[in-house]
Amino acid sequence: MLRATLTDDTFYLNLGPQHPSTHGVLHLLLRLDGERIVECEPIIGYSHRGHEHMAQQRTLSQFLPNTGRMDYLAALMYNHAYCLAVERACGIAVPPRAEYIRVICAELNRIGSHLLWFGAYLLDLGGITPFLYAFDDREDLLAVLGEITGSRLTYNYCRFGGVARDLNQAFCDGLEAFIPKMRRRLADYHTLVSKNIIFINRTRGIGVVDADTALAAGFSGPCLRASGVDYDVRRAEPYSLYPELDFEIPTGQNGDCFDRFMVRLQEIEQSLRIVEQALERLPEGEVKAPAPQHPTPDPGDYLFTYESARGRVGIYLVSGGGRVPLRMKWQVPSFNNLSVLPSLLPGTLVADTIAILGSIDVVMPEIDR
Amino acid sequence: MQGVSDYMSGLGQAVAGFLGPDILALVLGLVLVLLFIQVNAMFLVWAERKVAAHIQLRIGPKEVGPFGLLQTIVDGVKLVAKELITPQPVSWLLFVLGPVLVFAPVMVPFVVLPFGPNLQVRDLNVGLLLIFSLGGLNVLAILLGGWASNNKYALLGAIRSVAQNVAYEIPLLLSAMSVVILAGTFSMQGIVEAQEGVWFIFYQPVAGLLYLIGAIAETNRAPFDIPEAESELVAGFHTEYSGMRFALFFLAEYTNMFIVASVATTLFFGGWRGPVADGPWWFLLKVYLLIFGVMWVRWTYPRLRFDQLMNFAWKYMIPIALVNLLLTGLVMKLVGAA
Repeated sequence: MLRATLTDDTFYLNLGPQHPSTHGVLHLLLRLDGERIVECEPIIGYSHRGHEHMAQQRTLSQFLPNTGRMDYLAALMYNHAYCLAVERACGIAVPPRAEYIRVICAELNRIGSHLLWFGAYLLDLGGITPFLYAFDDREDLLAVLGEITGSRLTYNYCRFGGVARDLNQAFCDGLEAFIPKMRRRLADYHTLVSKNIIFINRTRGIGVVDADTALAAGFSGPCLRASGVDYDVRRAEPYSLYPELDFEIPTGQNGDCFDRFMVRLQEIEQSLRIVEQALERLPEGEVKAPAPQHPTPDPGDYLFTYESARGRVGIYLVSGGGRVPLRMKWQVPSFNNLSVLPSLLPGTLVADTIAILGSIDVVMPEIDR
Repeated sequence: MQGVSDYMSGLGQAVAGFLGPDILALVLGLVLVLLFIQVNAMFLVWAERKVAAHIQLRIGPKEVGPFGLLQTIVDGVKLVAKELITPQPVSWLLFVLGPVLVFAPVMVPFVVLPFGPNLQVRDLNVGLLLIFSLGGLNVLAILLGGWASNNKYALLGAIRSVAQNVAYEIPLLLSAMSVVILAGTFSMQGIVEAQEGVWFIFYQPVAGLLYLIGAIAETNRAPFDIPEAESELVAGFHTEYSGMRFALFFLAEYTNMFIVASVATTLFFGGWRGPVADGPWWFLLKVYLLIFGVMWVRWTYPRLRFDQLMNFAWKYMIPIALVNLLLTGLVMKLVGAA
């Protein structure tokens, strides 16, 4: 649509792929009239590594480490989703203790992802201090997770039939200190940011996506819930332990940047609740059931959906009966959430572009894969 | 204490008068001013980093010198050693003129800043006007730098800067005028003299608040740092400047901060007057306390949007400042008549 020769007073601005606020390598080609946006074309693919193709070249177990490299902020959740998908396809049982540990780790990962988003979003809006507060909290969280997973970002902790390592004392102690601290900090965040008049003016009524538009665009996760649609895969198509756990699904009303912000902060609180419950009910026992080294699903199509930090992750697996799948398609939430930009941005200002893009919370390697 | 005070005022007289020919005193004054600008800017950069660090649960610079005090010198050396990159298709003269023009006007106001009863290079009877008129030149330099960079981000930053500075100069001037009406003079020293006993902030709280808000906007600092909003415009009008050219913009920003805080101190907080032992120490204490406040604001609030910023200036600050000015004039007339 773009790249025509411009004859009027508008001009093109390349926002990204190297720009402080495009969160990685998103490239927005903007046509501007002064500071007002006339047209917008998101250009993706700068960090394409061919993960789906890699999946067709190796066995299901060999692909496991790749899952943590798609959405690097929700690596544990991608691990979890992939393991659940393969276990369901191959009929592998998981010991209860292992499933509890996985849920604890996945929810902690969700908190970490939302914390990083919170900090980066405030940075987009020009508030530098909340960024460091959020990273301070996330640092505690990463240290706790590092105790059992051995890594901080691209986790590879889940295994088919369980997890790699059992919980240890350092993890439990760290978590015991982290949960109350995080609650206190959440209250601080609301005082410092959510009630700040400048922040409210920058986000209220900006980037409004109503429920119909959101559903038509295939929104999911906090973005969809901020538009008032009460959809969470953990409730809609329950998996793992979620049917047994008591948690709420926060929703917004207006679908603006402020609602997306509030939904994510409330999700941190809900994730803390889930972690607490899971810790309380944590059963004794094995953390890894025996499973074949290279699981082989029966020929057929398998689909599994999972609620990641950014929304619905779909894993579509086509097996021909061999150890290497014929096709593995990943449906990622960021892609659909980003797809609304070209229709949302025209008429807004450059500063709003940054506010809207930040509120959608895209992770580019997840989109590009 | 009296002895020190005498000594300082003696020193001030020496600077102002003893050296005989006026031109010599002026040259010496300018040398002192330049020295002060450098040392002050270095200290402020260090202070800003320390304040920011402690607000953000960090420590800040600590390796170079005691408490990291020499960090800025090391950074300065780094900046001097950096290559001065000039983008290919720019007009070299205009491009280089930008940082020079932004730095030159910030030196002049020091001539009329009343550091102490006698510690002032020159007490002009239009001192306040001189400061504001030179402050206006800043815009020109930023526009030049942003335009000459031939970069869309720099251009957007320059456009924003011009609109913002023009909008915020008006409430700044109007609130200063309220004080001028009270004091009956444009002379900086005269305004301080007029605050015998009661500071003007108690007579003019509204004007004082408007001045402080306007001053933050005038110096392009958060939450009004729209011209160089790094998350939107990369670095705004100085995107293409490197090395010492960037450092000049930087130096000018911190010196400007000192100037607006000094003017605020002079206009509203009694200048060098204190509860005991009037002197330059009170002046500096108040200036640095105000600057600390400005830093605190910067590291707490997110940034306003451009149109909200303009609305705030034109719809709220300017009408309030105008009404305040009119009321001040009216009251002074009535009091004068009575």
